[in-house]
Amino acid sequence: MKTAVIVFPGSNCDRDLKVAIEMVTGRAPDMVWHKDSELPDGTGLIAIPGGFSYGDYLRSGAMAARSPVMRAVSEAAARGVPVLGVCNGFQVLTEAGLLPGALMRNAGLSFVSRPVSLTVENSQSLFTARYKQGETISIPVAHHDGNYQADAETLDRLEGEGRVAFRYAESVNGSARQIAGIINDTGNVLGMMPHPERAMEPAHGNLDGRRLFEGLLEAVG
Amino acid sequence: MKARVFVTLKPGVLDPQGKAIHHALEGLGFSGVQDVRAGKLIELELADSTSDEDIADMCRKLLANTVIENFRIERMQAA
Repeated sequence: MKTAVIVFPGSNCDRDLKVAIEMVTGRAPDMVWHKDSELPDGTGLIAIPGGFSYGDYLRSGAMAARSPVMRAVSEAAARGVPVLGVCNGFQVLTEAGLLPGALMRNAGLSFVSRPVSLTVENSQSLFTARYKQGETISIPVAHHDGNYQADAETLDRLEGEGRVAFRYAESVNGSARQIAGIINDTGNVLGMMPHPERAMEPAHGNLDGRRLFEGLLEAVG
Repeated sequence: MKARVFVTLKPGVLDPQGKAIHHALEGLGFSGVQDVRAGKLIELELADSTSDEDIADMCRKLLANTVIENFRIERMQAA
């Protein structure tokens, strides 16, 4: 299957995502520059990497969300193409309106960089089929703006519709209801602050992130 | 024509930076500070034909994230 990793000026986890996807699919993703207005034909999965796109100017992800390639990403998402946003990628997806809510400065004001425990809240999604419902996994985080916030009505809707994919099992950044990752209303867009591409092989310390890519790629073929 | 856009966090949205500034002020011995909220000021140099609605549109589409922020537009008189 053809996959694409979007690259913005200031992205720094694009190679990690590329390696992770290639490890699971056996085929290197296309690296798509932010100024491109189209995705390669037949792209069946889009990944938006972590980093500091546009130096986090204005707000994290704000400038990237308005870049030419994001129009193509939004159109693909509307057609049902799966989109995975990790860390800054999650921030870009909220700024682009593909996911609800916003990611604010961590409540403790510190950059948090360590493995954290997550609870899998929905194992039925396109992205989480290889996890067990309620399972606790460990995935690294590395962010300054991971404090997920939305109004109570939106949070209730996310919970009620099973759209909270992952929840922190410990205190990390002040996120409302400890939310670490959410899915859109059509089930094909996931944004998460933790980095599954950093938990892919024994040398990384654990393989808990690998199952996300394996499940996703199995689901989309 | 110049305009200023003030972007502030909505009431009720936790402002960790404001809190840190508050603590720092107290640390410097300033008493009586009851709360601090931090925001952004964006100055725009605009063509005279730019309408208030145009500026509000810029705010909604980019300058503010209306999920968490409010904006206020102030047109400045030519000097």
